[in-house]
Amino acid sequence: MRAAVIVFPGSNCDRDMAVAFREVTGAETTMVWHGESGLPDNVDIVGIPGGFSFGDYLRCGAIAANSPICRAVVDYAKSGGAVLGVCNGFQVLTETGLLPGALMRNSNLKFICKPVDLVVETTDSIFTSGYGKGQKIEIPVAHHDGNYRATGDLLAQLEAEDRIAFRYAEDINGADDRIAGVLSSNRRVLGLMPHPERAVDALHGGTDGVAMFKALAESLVSA
Amino acid sequence: MKARVMVMLRNGVLDPQGEAVRTALGNLGFEGVGGVRQGKVIELDLSETDPEAARHSVTAMCEKLLANTVIESYQIEIL
Repeated sequence: MRAAVIVFPGSNCDRDMAVAFREVTGAETTMVWHGESGLPDNVDIVGIPGGFSFGDYLRCGAIAANSPICRAVVDYAKSGGAVLGVCNGFQVLTETGLLPGALMRNSNLKFICKPVDLVVETTDSIFTSGYGKGQKIEIPVAHHDGNYRATGDLLAQLEAEDRIAFRYAEDINGADDRIAGVLSSNRRVLGLMPHPERAVDALHGGTDGVAMFKALAESLVSA
Repeated sequence: MKARVMVMLRNGVLDPQGEAVRTALGNLGFEGVGGVRQGKVIELDLSETDPEAARHSVTAMCEKLLANTVIESYQIEIL
């Protein structure tokens, strides 16, 4: 398995994500700077990490979404490539249009940084096949803008298409229907606010993120 | 020529920052503020001299970058 992790100015979870790919999946992992115009050859998955790309100027993820590498990531995803966006990476994915909806300021206006309980809502994806449906897992969050908005008919559509990957067990940020992570229509792109890469080692205080990376290794290696 | 873009959250989208400002105004004793919506103003210096062409170009900028039309609306003023 080969992974690429995108690095923007202001990314700060890029190395954590690379460590998770390397340690849990054994993937050969390449860091790719935002100014690059292409991804490495034969990449099985692209990770878009958390952080504050471009200082969150204008809107979280908006400037990163228009960087040269993101044009390559969009092409990659549209041709069926797997993409995992965490936290700021989720915001970037919504700004590129690869994932629907938008992420707004938390309803209580506070930066929330703590482990939270998530409910696994679907096991039908390369990211979530290692969990049980309805399983509760504990994954850390660290965000100011994680209030997911699914406007118009989007909420019903996500529900009907089984594209809500995770919900918060309890409301933490005002997100519509407590949505913490959503899948693309081809189920190969996942964006989520919680940080699975921060829960892959006993020293992290929890290892509930391991199953996501192991599931990726299994489905992407056999692919 | 200059253009001014005003970006606001769409009607119906809850604005938590505006709500915090409204509460703060109330705490300061300003009465009768029923609602506050907070947005942003972006001023652009353009080399374009034709107002219609400028508006066309700034509209494209709004759709592509300056506003997230999922949750925001925008108004363009050519100055």
